[in-house]
Amino acid sequence: MAVQTTFDFDQMLSNAREAYGEELMKLADEGREFLFTYSDNVAPSSSAGKMVAKYPDRCFNFGIAEPNQVGASAGMALAGHVVFAQVFGPFLPLRAADQIHTDIAYNDVNVRLIGTHSGVTAGGGPTHNDIADLALYRAIPNLTVVVPADADQCRKVIRKSMDHEGPMIIRIDRAGSPNIYAEDYEYEIGKAIDVLEGRDAAIISTGSSIYESMMAAKLLGEEGLSVGVLDMHTIKPLDIEAILRVANTTGNVVTVEDHSINGGLGGAVAEILCEAGYRGKFKRIGMPDQFSVLGDPDEIYKYYGMDRASIAKTIRTMLG
Amino acid sequence: MSTVEMKRVIELEDKCLKIRKDLLNFIYRIGMGHLGGELSIVEMAVALYYEYMNYDPADPKMEDRDRFVLSKGHCSETLYTIFQDMGMYTMDYMVEHFETLDTAKFGMHSNRKYVPAIEVSAGSLGHGLPVAVGMALGARAKKAPWRTIVMVGDGEMDEGTNWEAIMAAGHYQLGNLVAIVDKNQVQMTGPTANVMNLDPLDKKLEAFGWEVINVEDGNDMLQVCEALEKLPKADPVTPRKPIFIISNTVKGKGVDFMEGNYKWHGGGIAKEQLEEALADVEKNRKVR
Repeated sequence: MAVQTTFDFDQMLSNAREAYGEELMKLADEGREFLFTYSDNVAPSSSAGKMVAKYPDRCFNFGIAEPNQVGASAGMALAGHVVFAQVFGPFLPLRAADQIHTDIAYNDVNVRLIGTHSGVTAGGGPTHNDIADLALYRAIPNLTVVVPADADQCRKVIRKSMDHEGPMIIRIDRAGSPNIYAEDYEYEIGKAIDVLEGRDAAIISTGSSIYESMMAAKLLGEEGLSVGVLDMHTIKPLDIEAILRVANTTGNVVTVEDHSINGGLGGAVAEILCEAGYRGKFKRIGMPDQFSVLGDPDEIYKYYGMDRASIAKTIRTMLG
Repeated sequence: MSTVEMKRVIELEDKCLKIRKDLLNFIYRIGMGHLGGELSIVEMAVALYYEYMNYDPADPKMEDRDRFVLSKGHCSETLYTIFQDMGMYTMDYMVEHFETLDTAKFGMHSNRKYVPAIEVSAGSLGHGLPVAVGMALGARAKKAPWRTIVMVGDGEMDEGTNWEAIMAAGHYQLGNLVAIVDKNQVQMTGPTANVMNLDPLDKKLEAFGWEVINVEDGNDMLQVCEALEKLPKADPVTPRKPIFIISNTVKGKGVDFMEGNYKWHGGGIAKEQLEEALADVEKNRKVR
């Protein structure tokens, strides 16, 4: 599916973290029934914070105790509720791994775990980086794992999730990803979107890395190279057909993600390509197998070759 | 004076004797189990399922049923045994479908999708209390009249998640939540007091905002019933202290060679041990 996209720098930066709170509020205003749990990280001024103020009877603060929050969210779902649970970045997969595995996934309950500040977007160093979560989630049965590309897609994901059976992970970056899509479109969990179509190389990316991938494709386009970008917003279940299509079309595949290169989107794509007998070129771009240097997220992206110029350079090298 | 009718207590004691015998036969036939803890919880489980919970074995998913969460999920065979006694299935069916790959319904650790009467799939420790807190909050949000009852082991209380949940239940004043600790004093490798001392448990729980009911002998049906009689009517809305029942029991209760012996935490039993155990539980039945 091709959808009109935008490269408009002047456009207001979208904020998926705010957007999900706004969409939850909208759903509540529409009379949809759900409960909301959170750790001590929801600012009163945020859109989720405003929902807490408006609907206090359905919102529960669990303090700084993520395992209890995730376990209790499973309990609420077992009591018959749809539950949205917001947890800060790495403290969802790392602190509450056992609860995600057993209480949420094994019990197969209708909880939507919203991990904010994904990848290195929180800043604050490796304790606050969330670079191992996709590797964990990919190995846990029953989980649907979604990484919205921008604020509008995040709204669509939240709305879709109300009618989704079973547990979901929704991975959101801290703030400030530009809008990817310039028009409305039908969003389907598990169905990747061709953001840009290309003949020479294909970038498969997810979440906040899609915009940098698009900008890299644009840079290469100015040099006469045709580079496609696939929005792999659903990490699980993976759209295998779309991966093989862009791989077989171009013979040059690069994955870009704000996650460790081990076990995330890149690992998933590599597994698919290898098993399918793909004979073309392949490269993973993401956080290397080391704890991040300290710095601003944009600087970290440059440091590890995850920014637009570095992505373009990698593809140039690949195309020889 | 107790308001519990002694006639009913004796009936429940008879039931405990039958459950113990069925359980021992079941574990003998399947060759694995956690008899120490499975025997220590019998009185409390029987009192709850046969007398004090709003529960209909013919309709285990009844909307307003009380929810029982067995956090010490390795003791599921006691619950399976109770469910077969209640007529949900036969002993032969349990044996035929115990850990038999794709025809399995029953496992050493319970799965709610395979056994409808199991509320929460369990096995890993320290999960039941947080989940139960969520169930009680969920019931409050629905203004539902049912109660959540969660049973944990004393060894299990080492897990920090329990204390997160205990703090949260006190904070939210969940009057529709009851926790029971099966304090059989022994965990897998030895006495709880040696492995990781839990006492003074009552003072800790009270400090976290709970009301504590102490059952001096949790294997004495009269004392168990007296404790459960004290539970106020389940009220999902009005905040009040959640209730923690400290049930002091004996690991391996009823079987002389198992009682208090950590070596009977897990495993199966041989034919001659079964016969001795069955004779013991008969002999050790309380005479009133």
